[in-house]
Amino acid sequence: MSQISTKHLLGIKNITENDVQLILETASNFKEVINRPIKKVPSLRDITIANVFFENSTRTRLSFELAEKRLSADVVNFSSSNSSVKKGETLVDTVNNILSMKVDMVVMRHSSPGAPHFLSRNVKANIVNAGDGTHEHPTQALLDAFSIKEKLGDVAGKKVAIIGDILHSRVALSNIFCLQKLGAEVMVCGPITLLPKYVESLGVKVELDVRKALQWCDVANVLRIQLERQQIKYFPSLREYSLYYGINRKMLEELDKEIVIMHPGPINRGVELNSDVADSKQSIILEQVQNGVAVRMAVLYLLAGVK
Amino acid sequence: MQKRLVLDEEQIAIILRRFCHQLIENHDDFENTVLLGLQPRGTLLVDKIVSLLQEISGVKVPSGYLDATFHRDDFRRRDLPLKANETKIDFLVEGKKVILVDDVLYKGRSVRAAMDAMIAFGRPQKVELMVLVDRKLTRDYPIMPDYFGVRINTLESQYVVVEWKEQGFEKDAIWITEKDKS
Repeated sequence: MSQISTKHLLGIKNITENDVQLILETASNFKEVINRPIKKVPSLRDITIANVFFENSTRTRLSFELAEKRLSADVVNFSSSNSSVKKGETLVDTVNNILSMKVDMVVMRHSSPGAPHFLSRNVKANIVNAGDGTHEHPTQALLDAFSIKEKLGDVAGKKVAIIGDILHSRVALSNIFCLQKLGAEVMVCGPITLLPKYVESLGVKVELDVRKALQWCDVANVLRIQLERQQIKYFPSLREYSLYYGINRKMLEELDKEIVIMHPGPINRGVELNSDVADSKQSIILEQVQNGVAVRMAVLYLLAGVK
Repeated sequence: MQKRLVLDEEQIAIILRRFCHQLIENHDDFENTVLLGLQPRGTLLVDKIVSLLQEISGVKVPSGYLDATFHRDDFRRRDLPLKANETKIDFLVEGKKVILVDDVLYKGRSVRAAMDAMIAFGRPQKVELMVLVDRKLTRDYPIMPDYFGVRINTLESQYVVVEWKEQGFEKDAIWITEKDKS
């Protein structure tokens, strides 16, 4: 199969394993492209893409924009902070206005879970979810899977522990779906207050002790403590969190094997990851960022190819 | 299905040998020459040429695989998109003489896309095209091979199929078949 089964990438949950494999294979072709002297291919030169960001982002937005430009697409950027959204325009109106200027694809980040799904039912363009609230962040999960595959050869059979704020994390949910589709074993680990109540129903292991989680896993995907989403206190203090759940060099040295450390960024240094881990040889955090561009190129390319 | 033999194993072997001698004649000691096999079906051929050249002249000519999927002009126009293949080129073509190698030259669109893709690796001094089968009368672009094994008249309703032993076929062979009408 050389065609993706969907017109929109809204989440990992509703795409097939074949889709995921196709995206990863295509991404490895694009990774070769972005390491050439001339990093650009003309595939999407007749496509216009709008990056519509209702929530702050540095990495994802830059990564999407680079991916779009390296595919030769025309790009327009929109952020809600300096737009008519502030004047009370609705989501569908905003996007339809952008589309009436002949835009073919919309990459959207929104703080409300389900916003891209809603949009995909109401507008004609291909929609790519770049993060919807605490729900899904599919391209992050795909680039994480790609990075694991690149580092360890395969995702199937690998043990991946997702550590930190699982409750507020769209990265965690998309990662769980994606890794399970590819045949990995997944564990979530964090303080009980930051684990969703029914997380076991997703078929993941649950562990409260970070040392046990590190001992179990081949890959530790460490998540950021999302202070902006915590209106109530889920743990007494950052200091206490880092004392119990922060990962440092010593903890890794105590393990009887070498594990891979991942983080979707931005890192709260000294909270969930110490600098001596984040900057160590075991960390593939910067590879993840580079792979992000290749994976997003693959997603845009494949969605644009759907008739 | 009707199937007509174009070249058999012996004829293909003679052509590959002829290709090598033609290349030696034109490129001397291959000091500044590289070979690029076009994905997906030119790669096996380029490997064969490289090893045969080494056998005949003792020179190992640098070679690579070039995939032009992202440079094709029929993206979003075909019913099913083409799947990309690996590009494997560990040198720059800047200032080099490049020989593009493919099995069948049909409309010339793949070669056009390949030249576009190749430019990402530098500005070559000269580009030549080598194909086993040149399907004349079906070209959409003004592209002609510098080296060809056999030149045949075919219709658009026909396929030219190249079979190699390395792909599990009993013998190397090239056939013309009719496209399935259903």
